Amino acid sequence: MATIVTDDGFIADDRANEFLDWTEAAQDPADLPYGAAVEIPNSLSGEELVPGFDRIAHLRICFPSHVDGRGFTLARHLRRLGYAGRLRASGHLLADQYVMARRCGFDEVEIDDELARRQPESVWQQSWQQQTASYQFLLQREA
Amino acid sequence: MYLYSEFDRTYVRNRVRMFRDQVDRRIDGSLSEEEFKPFRLMNGLYLQLHAYMLRVAIPYGTLDSRRLRQLAFIADRWDRGYGHFTTRQNIQFNWPRLKDVPDILDALADVDMHAIQTSGNCIRNVTADHFAGAAADELSDPRPVAELIRQWSTDHPEFTFLPRKFKIAVTGSPNDRAVTRAHDIGLRMVHSKEGQNGFEVIVGGGLGRTPVIGKVIREHLPEADLLPYLEAILHVYNAIGRRDNKYKARIKITVRETGIDAFRSRVEERFRIIRKEFLGADQQVIRRIRDTFAEPDYVQAPTAAFDDALRRDPAFRDFANGNVHRHKNPDYGIVSVSLKAHGRTPGDASSKQMRILADLAEAYGHDELRISHEQNVILPHVHRKDIPAVFAELSRGGLGTPNVGLASDIIACPGMDYCALATARSIPVARDIAVRLREIERDVGSLKIKISGCINACGHHHVGHIGILGLDRAGVENYQITLGGDATETAALGDRAGPGFPADELVPAIERLALTYLDIREDQDESFLETYRRTGLAPFQAALYPDAVPKGRGGHPERSNDAVS
Amino acid sequence: MARPFTPKVLTANHLLDGDVVYLAPGSRLTRKLSEAMLIEDESTAKALLEAAEARSSVLVGPYLADAIRDSDGRPRSTHIRETLRADGPSIDIL
Repeated sequence: MATIVTDDGFIADDRANEFLDWTEAAQDPADLPYGAAVEIPNSLSGEELVPGFDRIAHLRICFPSHVDGRGFTLARHLRRLGYAGRLRASGHLLADQYVMARRCGFDEVEIDDELARRQPESVWQQSWQQQTASYQFLLQREA
Repeated sequence: MYLYSEFDRTYVRNRVRMFRDQVDRRIDGSLSEEEFKPFRLMNGLYLQLHAYMLRVAIPYGTLDSRRLRQLAFIADRWDRGYGHFTTRQNIQFNWPRLKDVPDILDALADVDMHAIQTSGNCIRNVTADHFAGAAADELSDPRPVAELIRQWSTDHPEFTFLPRKFKIAVTGSPNDRAVTRAHDIGLRMVHSKEGQNGFEVIVGGGLGRTPVIGKVIREHLPEADLLPYLEAILHVYNAIGRRDNKYKARIKITVRETGIDAFRSRVEERFRIIRKEFLGADQQVIRRIRDTFAEPDYVQAPTAAFDDALRRDPAFRDFANGNVHRHKNPDYGIVSVSLKAHGRTPGDASSKQMRILADLAEAYGHDELRISHEQNVILPHVHRKDIPAVFAELSRGGLGTPNVGLASDIIACPGMDYCALATARSIPVARDIAVRLREIERDVGSLKIKISGCINACGHHHVGHIGILGLDRAGVENYQITLGGDATETAALGDRAGPGFPADELVPAIERLALTYLDIREDQDESFLETYRRTGLAPFQAALYPDAVPKGRGGHPERSNDAVS
Repeated sequence: MARPFTPKVLTANHLLDGDVVYLAPGSRLTRKLSEAMLIEDESTAKALLEAAEARSSVLVGPYLADAIRDSDGRPRSTHIRETLRADGPSIDIL
């Protein structure tokens, strides 16, 4: 069973197996049930989901590898488009990337057991708690 | 120069601590090499042929004596007493041990320096005109802009795992010394017709396997729009840049495959959204940065000592003609210190030489130094009266070679003597060419020879008047020659001259090119590049391949120079 | 048609100092090519490479490099890159 990393530590997955696969689904957001959980590939542009924002409660973006940063840009864009539901990164992401994921708009990261063993909760917590403020925050705020 | 804020200091220290932790986790096995590699690269640490290599950023090439002395200290304490200055205004240490690297990074942090983002698929050290703040032709100092971009791009959460590395260069002069047309993004500071400050934004240039001259994506971008516009370009590139093939992953390929107009519309569309997120602090930050780049407190004194030395000393005359450039203050000169002594490794400086340069900067140069992409060190502000003394001191330290801009002022990548990616050696080739052309180089005049040891083109060979590319032919080094490249505002890619040369035939071939030029130039004022542009490839090809059987009617083995684009 | 197997040495960089290392007889590591084990058959080469990949706390990027037996019986590289790896830079260091 997958582990979910949050700011407060590891939690069990409360949505396991509930994610609809966007590429297999009808891809019409209007067909989605209210409160849907949807898994999307990182190659999506984001705009195609907008009509379903009021129906989608949870999105999962896949990271095929920890060096494929498309998911970060997609998360950022979805937030800019107004997506307000939960946003999960899943696949191969490391503790060292947790802060980045959070700053791009993700709420949580899903990791497998092997990674949870090698990078236990304490490593993720340390990465979160020892973060410094970001240059980006300093440059974007009001003067 | 830029002064670190408390925020900068805390930030850099924190990064060192994080990396120390990552090194520990790599050594204890909780990070695999595959997982560790992007983190070590993001902190400038490569694994090369014989050892680790640490690449330290010298932001926009600017240093002072304190920082240079610290680099000398690092070279002595943790390396082998020297460093190598690169074409991207960085310094590389070739022999550090993994466990020492966090200590080296702490030593850098002691003097407000770092190795962050000098490697990896992220936004790299931003480069700028090495004469910035001093050049007579400058519109505006590009370094505050480069510093603003450094801050914005540092650990950017969205852009740290791009399809490929990303290089930005800025120039504030119409004479482009920062090679802006061969960068992922090049920024040229310009005034609009209405006199408004802004940038011409060039995108998708680059050398490497597929050399491309960048295209203009925005003719005039207002100053305050810079960061959101850069963010929009990176956002589009990160989303659609190719990740299936390392050699097609740079933005130049994205722009080419998308088309500049379609790419521009995507960027502009994103820009409209992102612009609203910048609420003004960036403009306040750049004002604060600009204040730290105040002009030096110029000395007013007669310059007679300079003119006297010119009359008396022929060696100084050579130095003054080649290595001293026009400063915006007519009493001052910009002194280029050549790291290209004949027979030495281009770009290498010993710790002793670094200390000499630091002392000179302190005594005569308003405590400023620059590193150029041409792998030389610049003293940007030297009063003319002091230049003879500076020359004398430099000469004593083996740093007085008066060859800046000449045939022996060669750009060369580290090549296969150090680099794990190289397919041939560059340094011995550079050394042998410099020695061979020594007697005629003053007569030849301006000639840019650039050497890369593999297609990644770190030695910028495509934009050399003479470019040399080292390749591997079944385990043996072979060198291809290109001619007519140009790295300046009239940027052009060189034309391939024909079949490559084995190592032992290369140096005589380069000499034949130089002699042919001397033979066919219209007069002494026509430079090598001008002659090449006038005559095309043919006479040079004839010199390179005297035994080639012409194909057809007076033709030559390869295409002639029909386009300088 | 498969290419015939040519002799190899197993080489990598050492994790801690980055040095070039070679596999010597008895699973020992050596920094000298002349002391390396010359591997003359494909199945041994494959097995040794797998074993080296598992030693990731010591070895980085292990691979098999072509080599031949010198007249004095010691392995020697056949490629300029491997010669430079074995001997160090070909230029004087400042």
